[in-house]
Amino acid sequence: MTEASDATVVEIASDADVVRVRQLVRGLAVRAGLSLVDQTKLITASSELARNTLVYGGGGRAIVSFTQDNTRRGVEAQFVDEGPGIPDVDQALQDGWTSGSGLGLGLSGSRRLVDVFDLDTDVGAGTRVRIVKWGR
Amino acid sequence: MERIPIYKIGDILLVSIQIDLQDQDAMNLQDDLSNRVVETGAHGVVIDISALELVDSFIGRMLSTIAAVSRVLDARTVVVGMRPAVAITLVELGLSLPGVETALDVESGLALIASHLSDSEFIDAAVPGAALDD
Repeated sequence: MTEASDATVVEIASDADVVRVRQLVRGLAVRAGLSLVDQTKLITASSELARNTLVYGGGGRAIVSFTQDNTRRGVEAQFVDEGPGIPDVDQALQDGWTSGSGLGLGLSGSRRLVDVFDLDTDVGAGTRVRIVKWGR
Repeated sequence: MERIPIYKIGDILLVSIQIDLQDQDAMNLQDDLSNRVVETGAHGVVIDISALELVDSFIGRMLSTIAAVSRVLDARTVVVGMRPAVAITLVELGLSLPGVETALDVESGLALIASHLSDSEFIDAAVPGAALDD
């Protein structure tokens, strides 16, 4: 059971917004007491997912907040778009698979960098990815 | 969007990335460096990323592309100063930076390029204290 509080929403419509998401996530990761390596992993995953939202989702938004359960504090980020959705999620989560010109590491790679990775997608309706990184 | 300065030191081009890179900045740097390699006939490119807090797949691809293009243009690329947390994250993300040589800092990067070249004129220019162009 987790609960989020004080969520900040960032519209993702340009390259500059991807950087903005990174900076916002970094600020929360520092305040949540994540180690430097965990901060870096979370920021990198957020960068990949924000870029996916922009490039494949046609833009959307990031929702970033602190989160906690009974024993831990962490940072949660959601990436939401109303784009075309992902027809084959299993395929999209494989290393090296890409529908565009990328390296195909965005989804599969960022999943390895975080503690929680939930992907929710509907073809024609959009995609929502939720990630959490816990402090240790 | 910002232009990242490229310094010519003897036979080497030196870039130190001090901003939080937008994707377009990375594309511009890729183009600018290729042009400068051709204009100057440089045989080495040293890219200092010690100020970068992340290398994601886009920035990683930029580094690999710069290395590959430079190689075709007869220049070696060395990426220097990667932070330990960035290196750990890069590996876990699955990026291997194909074709990119790395060194701990700018000095080691210059030495690595010098060791690849037997051109004594180049080595003179890369040794600290020797006369520099510009």
